[in-house]
Amino acid sequence: MSNCALILYCGLITYLTRFSMIALIKKEMFNDRIREILSFVPSAIFPAIIFPAIFINDKGLFEIDDNPKILAAIIAMIIGIFSRSIIATIFSGLASYWFLIFVI
Amino acid sequence: MKSNFKVFLKGIIDVSPLMIPVVPFGLIFGVLAIDIGFSPIETMAMSLVIFGGASQIVLLQLFSGGASSLVIISSVGAVNSRHLLYGAVVSEHLSDLKLIWKIIISYFLIDQAFAISNEYLKKNKDKNRYFHLVGGGATCWVIWQSTTFLGIILGAAIPEKLGLSFAVPLTFLALLVNDFRKFINVIVIIISGLVATFGYNYIPFKAYVIVAALAGLLTAMILTTKNKKA
Repeated sequence: MSNCALILYCGLITYLTRFSMIALIKKEMFNDRIREILSFVPSAIFPAIIFPAIFINDKGLFEIDDNPKILAAIIAMIIGIFSRSIIATIFSGLASYWFLIFVI
Repeated sequence: MKSNFKVFLKGIIDVSPLMIPVVPFGLIFGVLAIDIGFSPIETMAMSLVIFGGASQIVLLQLFSGGASSLVIISSVGAVNSRHLLYGAVVSEHLSDLKLIWKIIISYFLIDQAFAISNEYLKKNKDKNRYFHLVGGGATCWVIWQSTTFLGIILGAAIPEKLGLSFAVPLTFLALLVNDFRKFINVIVIIISGLVATFGYNYIPFKAYVIVAALAGLLTAMILTTKNKKA
């Protein structure tokens, strides 16, 4: 598949998930149980991107020793839990990562 | 009833604080896409056509890992399934609108716009209240397109040593800050993360995002059922 087709299909599926509920499906089809399960979608999906990006290196290998990303991510998480701020989480993580690789 | 423009403006003002993290996110996306080998036009097209940060980053991540198109598209679909929830929630406020408005609003139904407009739509019963959602969505659109563009230009100037790609997991981590306080969510996060990490090299076709997400949702389903019975 060409890159252009790939982008178009990804765009199409993204749009359809937004459009389908607004226009095509009646809201009665969505009971509280389905709503409850869907509310867990971010918790179920984002870690699948977060964890490998932290624990798996460029060569596709599991890396736990000498990996500053782990500590930086933990610091970011703690800051995030207490501050509830998206921006504080991102910047504390990046700042600790840079501190760990450039200063220590 | 406020004028359409005032409601639109209110949407812009309400969504503004949420735009701060979108700036680095957009920049990182632009930088990474060029780094991976997409052309500037393809990169810009992704932001225009897809207009979804998480979808676009998943596309990049899987593309650079050599996943097939089918796996990339279905993973993007999985990431987007949260929009089904947004759509279902706001649809009751939009049911009287003409189809053309539904088509336009759907394009702008993104995380940030949903988060602020959901509150507004609940409190206001004016006929033109959906302009709030359009205002929030349009603001995010402008920020996302311009930061993608800046990222494309800056791409070459940002040294790889800075490890900016680490901002990707951090951004997603930041989107979960409120979920870390809920017990069931924490379990779901751990299960999904472990499945993705240990399945990364073993789950065929790089389908680890989908498998981990399903494992997480299944966990949520089991834990929420038990909660109710207790």
